[in-house]
Amino acid sequence: MEHVVKSGAPVGERPRPAKNYLNETTGIWSWMTTLDHKRIGIMYLCGVLTAFFIGGMFALLVRLSLMTPKHMIFGKVIMDAEQYNRAFTLHGIVMVFLFIIPAIPGSLTNFVLPLMIGAKDVAFPRLNLASFYLWCLGLVMALSSIAMGPVDTGWTFYTPYSTTTSGAVPMAAMAAFVLGFSSIFTGLNFIATVHKLRAPGMGWFDMPLFVWGMYSTAVIQVLATPVIGITLVLMVLERVFGIGIFDARMGGDPVLFQHFFWFYSHPAVYIMILPGMAIISELMPTFSRKTIFGYRAIAYASVSLALVSFIVWGHHMFVAGQSQVANVVFSALTFLVAIPSGVKMFNWLTTMYKGNVSFETPMLYALSFMITFAIGGLTGIPLATLATDIHLTDTYFVVAHFHYVMMGGTVIAFLGGLHYWWPKMTGRMYSETWGRVSAVLVFVGFNLTFLTQFILGSRGMPRRYYNYLDQFQPLHMYSTFGSWILALGFFIMAAYLLASLRKPADAPDNPWGGTTMEWQTSSPPIAHNFDEQPVLEHEPYDYRPKVTA
Amino acid sequence: MTWATKWMLPAEGSDYAHQSDVIYAGLFILCMLMFAGIVLATVYFAWRYRFKAGRVTPHQTHDTQLEIIWSILPTALCVVIFFVGLNGYLKYAVAPGNSMEIQVTAKQWLWQFEYPDGSRTINDLHLPVGKNAHFVMTSEDVLHDFFVPDMRVKMDIVPGRYTEVWFNPTVMGTHVVTCAEYCGKGHSDMHAVLTVENDADFAKFLETGGTEWEDYFSGKDPTKTPEAWGHLQWERKGCSSCHNLDGTRSKGPSWKGIWGKMEKLNNGTTVLVDEAYIRESEMQPQAKIVDGFEPIMPTFQGLLKENEIRGIVAFIKSLQ
Amino acid sequence: MSTTSIDLESHGGGHGHEVHDPHFQHHYSTMEQQFDTSKIGMWLFLATEILLFGGLFVGFGLMESRYPREFVEAHTYLQRSLGALNTVVLLVSSWTMVMAVHSARTNQRQKTVMFLAFTIVCAFIFLGVKYFEYSAKFEEGLLPAKYYWHKENSIPACPAGPANQTPTVPGCTHGYATFFAFYFMMTGLHGIHIVVGIGLLTWILLRAKKGEFSHAYYTPVDLVGLYWHIVDMIWIYLFPLYYLIS
Repeated sequence: MEHVVKSGAPVGERPRPAKNYLNETTGIWSWMTTLDHKRIGIMYLCGVLTAFFIGGMFALLVRLSLMTPKHMIFGKVIMDAEQYNRAFTLHGIVMVFLFIIPAIPGSLTNFVLPLMIGAKDVAFPRLNLASFYLWCLGLVMALSSIAMGPVDTGWTFYTPYSTTTSGAVPMAAMAAFVLGFSSIFTGLNFIATVHKLRAPGMGWFDMPLFVWGMYSTAVIQVLATPVIGITLVLMVLERVFGIGIFDARMGGDPVLFQHFFWFYSHPAVYIMILPGMAIISELMPTFSRKTIFGYRAIAYASVSLALVSFIVWGHHMFVAGQSQVANVVFSALTFLVAIPSGVKMFNWLTTMYKGNVSFETPMLYALSFMITFAIGGLTGIPLATLATDIHLTDTYFVVAHFHYVMMGGTVIAFLGGLHYWWPKMTGRMYSETWGRVSAVLVFVGFNLTFLTQFILGSRGMPRRYYNYLDQFQPLHMYSTFGSWILALGFFIMAAYLLASLRKPADAPDNPWGGTTMEWQTSSPPIAHNFDEQPVLEHEPYDYRPKVTA
Repeated sequence: MTWATKWMLPAEGSDYAHQSDVIYAGLFILCMLMFAGIVLATVYFAWRYRFKAGRVTPHQTHDTQLEIIWSILPTALCVVIFFVGLNGYLKYAVAPGNSMEIQVTAKQWLWQFEYPDGSRTINDLHLPVGKNAHFVMTSEDVLHDFFVPDMRVKMDIVPGRYTEVWFNPTVMGTHVVTCAEYCGKGHSDMHAVLTVENDADFAKFLETGGTEWEDYFSGKDPTKTPEAWGHLQWERKGCSSCHNLDGTRSKGPSWKGIWGKMEKLNNGTTVLVDEAYIRESEMQPQAKIVDGFEPIMPTFQGLLKENEIRGIVAFIKSLQ
Repeated sequence: MSTTSIDLESHGGGHGHEVHDPHFQHHYSTMEQQFDTSKIGMWLFLATEILLFGGLFVGFGLMESRYPREFVEAHTYLQRSLGALNTVVLLVSSWTMVMAVHSARTNQRQKTVMFLAFTIVCAFIFLGVKYFEYSAKFEEGLLPAKYYWHKENSIPACPAGPANQTPTVPGCTHGYATFFAFYFMMTGLHGIHIVVGIGLLTWILLRAKKGEFSHAYYTPVDLVGLYWHIVDMIWIYLFPLYYLIS
């Protein structure tokens, strides 16, 4: 389908510069030693998509195996219980630590955040490259743990199981530790960048909301990640040397590990979802061609979600043996999360009101997000409510809930952002038709996969189960079918995105009519981002007709 | 109200289950309404304001009144939901004083239940209908979780700690007990069957000391023999503190090689160690005291079930 | 949105000599901006350090509330005088570090090198004292968890066996072993930071010797200084926590 620019800022006025960040220097070495945030972003993108592929393969394997209670396909057993436990553990570790936490910050944000605030680079380019190489090291460590003896602890590494089971637990845990430092470096970089490198004229409340979202994310990355670092070190020390902190036989306490773990891992959920929300805050005004509704409310909501995320970890532990007073307090605090999340939803909806809404691929993802994230958020209510959580926790209901938030929220927003900034990053337009087909397949496949799991969970199917009662078989089967549709959607996406790279650069500077600064430079951008230092002269997301002086 | 969610929940096995289901159904209806609102608004706005070339959009930056309303309303709703949930939870949290206390020991990958009278079962839980059952649980290895879907209760079992949970089963028949905290290879096979029965059936169940013994007399498992059952009683019932198995003298005579022997008693007579003598020694230990030992053994009248005595006899017989 | 051109040369005109500083990075507009940004970065890094130790402090607090009596008794095995000596050594080193930064900023190359050298000496004294403390603990068997074998003071050994038979027995060695587990982890982690600090100090000492720092550029000295103060500050919290419990 021929791409038509529908409205917005004028495009194509300037000739495409011959040199851009992609061809300014050439050779593999120029990429490996680059300090350019755009190139690091592209390398991160390749990395996290590889991780997504690996994690996705484990997910498909797990789903395929669960299709029948006997794990038989064509008369053959796909996996035994031990292999199954390893498969879901690796799916979790790869998806959480290697994909979803670094996905948006490492790739898209690295690329567009400096452009959006009119900076030439991030504050600490070398630290940025170090973050990428730490990510690579984490990947190598995680993969080598598979060779040394796959881990079967679940991605949560709960003690005492993780300190007693066989397998290369220390290697896997240290991989997560290294990845944590990669994440800290990224977050630290963004905070310093946002504080000090904004374009002249850009005050805090003139920043695009994407920047607010990523700033909030970075705060969590910097403040929460050290705690998981020390926790995993303690777990490894416990396993290797028997220091006894988490071992009841030596006077320690296994539940202490869970407190430490969730003190990080709950905020980590917001490291995952806030960037997703940040992308939606860009897509909504651009494709509605209308200024964002409630700019300040969304900005404050991002920051308050970041703060609240630190005080709700105990809601993962309502039946873990913490005190009942703690249960009541954490339940009450957890409801605080609902308010800023709701505020954002209402603001995005109102942005469409009286807008001029078109349905290009990124907007299809944004609309999918509205529905899937609504389900993810609303199913959080019975989980925060004490009386109903007792029954639902540790079942497939929780599995479905966090996949709706993580995948229906973050991954769908990530895909929206990827399609939104693809022309800027590569200078090429992808096939809009195939983009829409794939977006619809992802939406349908995703919902089929995980809606069924809410019912499985509320009917009493615990999570991490290899064998299940025959009565659950039909729902498991539909879920597996859904995973295939999802895989087909991703396969098509990979095909048309890669195909777009084979043609010459054809993307205009501003294909969607966006108002933020990244659209002011060429596609793809030149090595130093802007010919001239851009200066912000009016509020963000201004879609009023321009009055030319 | 529970009609709304009946299709997605297991059968209700207790009052607490019903109460939890009412809250769940209420939340379900509420969430469905909110979800319908969000979807309708999304679809309506997207369609009503679909792209038209040349349409100029208004510059609406915010509306303080509107934003205050949609911040306050959800907050109020959340407060209500929290208290409803808290109210339901308080009933789950504290076991009533008149409950029957059952000790649960979880280990990879089985459940062991011990009743107040010492009766034990493995993976087989019996409860009288309509009576409060209070479970005091601990683990011998890793984390487990006591989950009874029909009762809507769940509680982690932690090594080195005792955790508690209770419910009042109101529906007779069988229910599933399952492990909900990942514990390794056999996690998904760690089931027990809960049988809720009337008082008479439950009393009969206790009379035989539970059901664990049946395995030892059925001959299905070559490691579970009556002798092994007797060995287990020697450990559990405290015999081991006075009777050794290696022929050395302790507070009481060793059991090794005692079967079929003529024992000299402290009144000068002798007695043949056979089944009748062993039974008598357990029920009336002071009747015949072996020469050289103090009359310190307590009676086990009422503490040993018939199958346990049979096991001990078989065990002593095997110690040649 | 429109863009207007700002002539970078004239914009940075007042700092012309700084723009040509070899340490100036192209994506900043002024040396001050670059310095301020580096400082923000360092403060953020130090925040992660505090949270890294914070986890251990919280763990210590929770275990102390579990074994209050044992923790108080266990701390009497630590030598208060040695802890106090180390506290003084680190406080002095903090002062010499401040002087080193000041000397670098005021272009006093000799003094910078001297104060940095003095700071490094303090760091080695600290580690030396720590070595004597550690080896004493090793000899007495005051060690974490399963390595604990100290038998004095008639502390009953905790019953062995499966976990469910030994739920937190008060008064037995568990509390002591846990105390020393935290002692070695926290002071050990702090010691690793001292070692890293010695490396960093040596690095800037060598650069200072070459005369790389001046009032125009002394960022590395300033940042290593911040790091060193945080490492000292953590000790200021560790000292009363372990040596002065009452």
